[in-house]
Amino acid sequence: MTLRLEHVSKSFGGLQALVDVDLEFPHGRLICLLGPSGCGKTTLLRCIAGLETPTEGRIRLDGRDLTDVPAHKRNFGMVFQSLALFPHLSVGENIAYGLTIRGVDKAGRRRRTEELLQLVRLPGVIDRPVSQLSGGQRQRVAIARALALNPALFLLDEPLSALDAKLRETMQIELRLLQRRLGISTIVVTHDQREAMTMADIVVVMDHGRVQQVAAPLDTYRSPSNAFVADFIGISNLVPGTLRGRDAVLVHGQPIRVASVPAAIAEGTHVTLLIRPEEVHVRPTETNGENHLRGEVSFVRDLGASIEITVRCGEQQLLAVTTPRERPPIEIGDAVAVELPASACVVLPS
Amino acid sequence: MTGPAPASASDELRLPRAAATRPTSPSLRQHALLLYPAAMLAVFFVVPFGIMLAVSFFHRVEGAFYEPAFEFANYARFLSPFFGKALAFSIWISALAAAAVVCVAFPFTYFLTRMRRPAQVRVLVFILAVLSLSEVIIGFSWSTLLSRTAGVSNLLYFVGLLAQPVAWTPSFGALLVGLCYLCFPYSVLVLYPALSRLDPELPEASRMLGASPLRTFFSVVVPVLRRSIISALILVFVFNLGAFLLPQVLGRPEHWTLSVLITDQAIFQSNIPFAAAMAVFLMLVCLALVALTLMFGQQRRLEG
Repeated sequence: MTLRLEHVSKSFGGLQALVDVDLEFPHGRLICLLGPSGCGKTTLLRCIAGLETPTEGRIRLDGRDLTDVPAHKRNFGMVFQSLALFPHLSVGENIAYGLTIRGVDKAGRRRRTEELLQLVRLPGVIDRPVSQLSGGQRQRVAIARALALNPALFLLDEPLSALDAKLRETMQIELRLLQRRLGISTIVVTHDQREAMTMADIVVVMDHGRVQQVAAPLDTYRSPSNAFVADFIGISNLVPGTLRGRDAVLVHGQPIRVASVPAAIAEGTHVTLLIRPEEVHVRPTETNGENHLRGEVSFVRDLGASIEITVRCGEQQLLAVTTPRERPPIEIGDAVAVELPASACVVLPS
Repeated sequence: MTGPAPASASDELRLPRAAATRPTSPSLRQHALLLYPAAMLAVFFVVPFGIMLAVSFFHRVEGAFYEPAFEFANYARFLSPFFGKALAFSIWISALAAAAVVCVAFPFTYFLTRMRRPAQVRVLVFILAVLSLSEVIIGFSWSTLLSRTAGVSNLLYFVGLLAQPVAWTPSFGALLVGLCYLCFPYSVLVLYPALSRLDPELPEASRMLGASPLRTFFSVVVPVLRRSIISALILVFVFNLGAFLLPQVLGRPEHWTLSVLITDQAIFQSNIPFAAAMAVFLMLVCLALVALTLMFGQQRRLEG
C-alpha cells in the first residue's frame, strides 16, 4: 500500500492551504504530519481521506488514482480530532457501524467488535453508551471503530489532543505499539513534536502549506533542513552569521568553526547557525579557546533533573542545558565563556 | 531588581482577600429580578387563561351574553359526533402538515447550514421575511395561485400538461399546502440552531466507515438530531391546530378545524362559554399529545 501524492495543491477561495505537496508514503510505516496550526497538515490528511478534493495534483494508492474516489469508497480508517463517536449508538454499535453498512450479520459484528475491544484493551464496555466513557476510553473506541474494516490506510487527525498530558504520553506509546503489531500504514497529524518523535518512522514537517522536511524524527532534530524546522523541533539556539570559507561562520566578527557546510550555500552569504542547548557548554571565564564566546549569565533555571542557563553574549541570548552532575559553579551576573563545539554547529540557509 | 518585587507580591496577596469579601449567598435582589417575568407571565398568560377557564363553566344567555354559573353543559354539548369529527380532523391535518413540513424543512436546513455564511444569512433573512406575512395574505395568495381562473393550472394548460385549467381550491390538498407554507419558516428556525451546531465530523466519520451521503443522512444526522426534530414537529403541530383562517379560505366546510368552529362560536354565534369550553378541551388534547410524543422520544432514547 504505497500512497503517492503528486504535486497536490489545495486552495480555499484565495487561501492557499497546500502548495505543491509531492510525497510518497512507504507501506506499513507511521508517518507524522507535523506543523503549527494552519500549516495545512489537516487539509493534507483530509485530501488523502477524500473529505476534500485537491485543487491540483493526483493521489494514488499502489498506482490506482484515488483523487476522484469519494471518501466512503476508499476504505481508509480515520480517527477525528473530536473523535466523532456517534452519540446515539452504544460502544459496540459505534465500532460495528462500518460492519453494519457492509451488511455483516449480527453474530459476525459481535465477534469482530469484541476482538477489536480486546485489541485496544477495553473489554467489557460493549453495551455501554458512549457518554459513560472517560476520555481515554473514548479514544480507544474511536481507534477500534476506525480499524474495524481492516482499512488500507489508518488516518488520525490530532487524535490525542483531547487527553491530558500524562494520558497522552501513554497513548502515544500504545498507539505506536498497536501500529507496529498490525503493520498498518498510518498517517498521524499532530502539532506536538514530542508526539511525532515518540511515534513516527518518518516526520513530514509542514509550514504555510509547504513541506519543509521529510526525514526520520532524529534527523529532523539533528540536521533540520532550515531554520523553521530547527526552531519548531525541539529547543534551539539560532544565531545569525556570515559564512566564511568552507569551515567557519562569522558571528559578531568572531569566527566560529563548523564541521561541515551544505554544498548549496555559497561563501559570504548570511546563514543561521543552529546549536542545540544540550551541546552548549558554559565554562568559567578563564578558559579560552576555539569557538568560545564571552558573555554574562542572565538567568539560571534549576529544574532538578536539568539546569537551563541563559547567557547573554552581546545581543545574542544563548541557552545551555546541563545536568546537576556537570553544573558549573555560576550565578546570575557571572562573566562566563560559552563553548560551541564545532561538531554540534549546524549551518542552515537564512 | 528587588524594587518592584515586593509591590507585585502584595498585589497578589490582596487579590484573594478581595474575593473573600464578595457576598456569596444569592441575595433577595437577585430573586426580585425574577418578579418581572413572573408578573408578565401572570398578567398576559395565567390571568387570561383563568378567565377563559372560568367562562367555560358559565351559563350562556340566549340573545344576550353570559352569566356566572358552574355548569358542565358547554362541555357536554361538545361531546357530539359533529365536534368529535372536527376535533379528529383538526388533529389529523395538523399532524399531517407537521410531518410533511418537517420532512421538507429538515433536509433544507441541513443543506442551509452547509452553505457558506453569507449565503446562509441571505436565506435566513428571506425566511424571516416570509414569517412576517400574515395568515390572511398567505391564505388568499394560495387561493389565487390554485384557482382555475388565475392559478398555476393555467400555466400547465398553456404548456400542454393539462387539458384545461383546473380549480385546486378549495380542497384538502390546498389546505395542506397552505398550512405547510405557513409553518415552513418556523420549522426551519427551530431546526437551524441544532443543525448548525452539529459536529461536521460526525457525518464525515460515517462517510469514512463506508456509508454513502444518503445513508449517512439517515443513520447519523437524523438520529443524532432526533430531539430537535421532535421539537419542530410539536411546534408546527400546535401552530397548525391554532390556524383558523386557512381552513376557511382554502378548505371546504368539511375541512373546518376546531379552531374555525371556536371562532364561529365566539364571534358569530356569540356563545363565549361554549367557545371557551372548546378551547380548553383543544388545549388539553394538545397537551396530552405533546406529552405522548415526548414520552415516546424519551423511551427511544433509553432503548438507544
